[in-house]
Amino acid sequence: MTWQADGIKKMTRRTFVVGGAQLALAFVLFGRMFYLQVMEAEKYQTLADKNRISLKLLPPPRGAILDRNGVPFASNRKTFRAVVVAEETGGKLRKTLQNFGKLVPLEDEEYERILKEVKRKKSFVPVRIKDDLSFDEMAAIQLNIPDLAGVSIEDGLMRVYPQKELAAHPVGYVSFITDQDLEQSNLLSKMPDVRIGRTGIEQYYQEALYGKTGNKKIEINAVGREVRELENQDAVAGEDLVLALDSRLQKIGYDALKNESGSAVLLDVHTGEVKMMISTPAFDPNMFNYPVDSKTWNKLNKNERHPLLNKAISGLYSPGSVFKIVVALAGLEAGVINEQTKIDCEGRLFVGDHPFHCWKKTGHGPLTLQQALQHSCDIYFYEVARQTGVDKIIEVADRLGFGTKTGIDLAGEKDGLLPSRAWKEGRFGDAWRLGDTMNLGIGQGFLLATPLQMALMMAQIANGGKKLTPVLSVNAQKEPSNLKISPRHLRIIREGLTAVVNKPGGTAYHARINVDGQKMAGKTASTQIRRISLAEREEGLKKQHELPWKDRDHAFFVAYAPLDKPRYAISVAVEHGGGGGSISAPIAAMIMQRALELDKEDRKKLK
Amino acid sequence: MSLFLDRNCYFKDYELSFKDRLLNISWSYFILIALVVGIGILLLYSVAGGSMEPWAIKQTYRFGLGCCVFFFIALTDLRIWMKYAYVLYGLSLLLLIAVEIRGEIGMGAQRWLDLGFMQIQPSELMKITLVLALARYFHGSDEEDVERWRHLIIPSLMMGVPVGLILIQPDLGTASMLLFVTLAIFFLVGVQWWKFAALFVLGLISIPIGWQFLHDYQKERVLTFLNPERDPLGAGYHILQSKITLGSGGVFGKGFLEGTQSHLNFIPEKHTDFIFTVLAEEFGMVGAGVLLFLYMVIIFYGFRMALKSCNFFGKILALGLTVNFSLYVFINTAMVMGLLPVVGVPLPLVSYGGSAMMVLMAGFGFIECVHVNEEMVIGRLGSSDC
Repeated sequence: MTWQADGIKKMTRRTFVVGGAQLALAFVLFGRMFYLQVMEAEKYQTLADKNRISLKLLPPPRGAILDRNGVPFASNRKTFRAVVVAEETGGKLRKTLQNFGKLVPLEDEEYERILKEVKRKKSFVPVRIKDDLSFDEMAAIQLNIPDLAGVSIEDGLMRVYPQKELAAHPVGYVSFITDQDLEQSNLLSKMPDVRIGRTGIEQYYQEALYGKTGNKKIEINAVGREVRELENQDAVAGEDLVLALDSRLQKIGYDALKNESGSAVLLDVHTGEVKMMISTPAFDPNMFNYPVDSKTWNKLNKNERHPLLNKAISGLYSPGSVFKIVVALAGLEAGVINEQTKIDCEGRLFVGDHPFHCWKKTGHGPLTLQQALQHSCDIYFYEVARQTGVDKIIEVADRLGFGTKTGIDLAGEKDGLLPSRAWKEGRFGDAWRLGDTMNLGIGQGFLLATPLQMALMMAQIANGGKKLTPVLSVNAQKEPSNLKISPRHLRIIREGLTAVVNKPGGTAYHARINVDGQKMAGKTASTQIRRISLAEREEGLKKQHELPWKDRDHAFFVAYAPLDKPRYAISVAVEHGGGGGSISAPIAAMIMQRALELDKEDRKKLK
Repeated sequence: MSLFLDRNCYFKDYELSFKDRLLNISWSYFILIALVVGIGILLLYSVAGGSMEPWAIKQTYRFGLGCCVFFFIALTDLRIWMKYAYVLYGLSLLLLIAVEIRGEIGMGAQRWLDLGFMQIQPSELMKITLVLALARYFHGSDEEDVERWRHLIIPSLMMGVPVGLILIQPDLGTASMLLFVTLAIFFLVGVQWWKFAALFVLGLISIPIGWQFLHDYQKERVLTFLNPERDPLGAGYHILQSKITLGSGGVFGKGFLEGTQSHLNFIPEKHTDFIFTVLAEEFGMVGAGVLLFLYMVIIFYGFRMALKSCNFFGKILALGLTVNFSLYVFINTAMVMGLLPVVGVPLPLVSYGGSAMMVLMAGFGFIECVHVNEEMVIGRLGSSDC
């Protein structure tokens, strides 16, 4: 038997079936090609470019931060670090590292870290051996480079704060990128050396100081090796920032307060420029250049004197007697008192059954407003507050800037707390009582303010009622607006404040400046931290220095100078310092006098 | 249909002189093959970064050697090949067993046999000798024979033994190609449709069982093929990069020597299994389309030659080898386009590789031989009379 015509025909038919199937397959393939190469071409072209083009980011040099005279608070220093490229060691990485260790000692952990990193990375990627080489180390490495196959030196920039603690709080500090930063922008991971402003000016003006990242487009092959450069866009350096701060005053202020826990702010009463801002204890911002170990960090954070906090803007205190200026203005505006009105101080005042005491147990006798300010009589202001009423006092306090941020160009500023009927209702579900008004009258009770708010209030009284915005950057000045305070009322209050410092018996008389043209006016405050019990009051109050530090009063002093043509306003706050007149006022006087002298010298130089 | 079947068949005393054979050779068929090889050499020149070294030059030599094989086979009397069909099959089966034994000793995958001047893969040889043997077997059958399942036991064994050996190596790509070619021949000689349907159902049932016998890397390949994003940096990398290369070529391509994916080494095996993507990247859909078209023409020629042959051995031989060739084309291109798992089948005549080139040229030689002897009628046992 053999194949018959039927079989042949069948085979021919089936050949056509197979051929047809193959034609169909070919169409499927063509279709697939059309899909990939026409319809999806753009997507794959992008992916191909993503494959081959690697973006290298070039971090810009960070802008410097300068004081008003160009003295740097923050600048950049070139640093050098040693790196090793594994494939250039000729397979003798360990030998190279050993030789390196003979020149620049390396810890065992460092060896392990380097070896681990080399293993993890591609052999042509440089691995860091040691950061921040000293000049001698550099020289030693350069000299022995023949023995150090694969080692090379890279340069980078490090942030330096030459003034260290002096302006640590207003200037702030930078530190390495954290995981949180990476969540915001994963591009940062390509710039491991970039540091970011964390506090102060460094944080507030981060964008301007940082500049603009440059980039380099390079073509890479499948293993990531650079083949050629495609495009290069240079980084734009960050702007230098000139601050209103005067580094000479920072030094004076810091030295005066460095052993205390406190703050001091000096404002230009016309422009709102902050010429000095101190918060103590301070820290050295240079230490954040490299990651801070947790022990040091905890120590800084748990310190009861809060060295990391900028107390001038974030410290919240009862302003105490400083607030009497506000109450006086409220009383004048409400017509409750005038220049001549006298109120008799008998040492205490009853509201119902509750006694309110003057700090002077025996009482001051009948006092005018000027005398009440001069002696900081409590009874006088209790009475004024009672007659004026809470609403008016709050209205005036609000106008002068209590209860809201001053708007200074720093992050972390606190609002403070200006209580009101509605606030108390909402917070405690309790009606505002007369006792609350009385407490408010002497700046106690719920009221909280920052030292900067107190300085601002003082500056606005001194400049004739112009509303200021305190600024650190000289370019950030804002046009003052009018607070609509009667010049007559201002004059009355300023006379009282002049008496505080310059009349015998005034609470800051010992701190007066006895130089014509530099005389100062101000207000002291010593706010008690604990309730004084009746028994203590009977026994006679203990002297402040006999109390433990934590129980001592906060000492405040706000002032302006000169008397006739006010130039600066100052606020000095010393936590648990004791007396405002005895502790804070002398510091303020010293700073103020120096500031006026420096101002005079600088003006002379300009001429 | 008469186009294919117009022929004069000579039943008796049909002898061709060497000159007749030479004149009978289909030169257009040969030129088509040479064109495809030329495209391949061009691409090998490109992937080497514009250099004949190291691949293009060797590929050229191999093509030269392949031509010798082609003409030697094509100009030999078809009856001689028929006579030795089983012998050649037996020899390659022995070689296959030999590498299997050597592989046992040498540990791990062992597919090569070193002949000194070149390495040869017995599994590649099997692709041709199996078709020869099957053609020889079915030449002696008739349409009633092939409808009896018992008649299919021997050819099934002819296929099953080498497929088993190759699966052990393990080389899933070659094994499945042998299986498909055999099934295609069964189909072409007239095995009933329902048997294929039954086999298909049986196959579906055995998939879960067969799954367990797959190597981990083979399972990985299948899973990754089904979902390449599963492992974009590992096994899925090949498929993904392959698609990127193809797609980024667009309609007209990036230009000769301008392919970024291939030149920057994003393509694995760019000179062998994935060379089609290099063509598609540098010459776009147009370039890749031209090559696919050439392949289709070669396949068309093969079928035409088979249909015009007066003898069954020649018909089945040419059909089987053409199907085999087309399987190479379809599996490879579908694989690089992400339509099939990555199984390691080269692009015929284009991918760099000596063994495959020799075997392919031998295959075309046999098809050409069928064409040269198309008017010859061969008796059931190989004589030229009925």
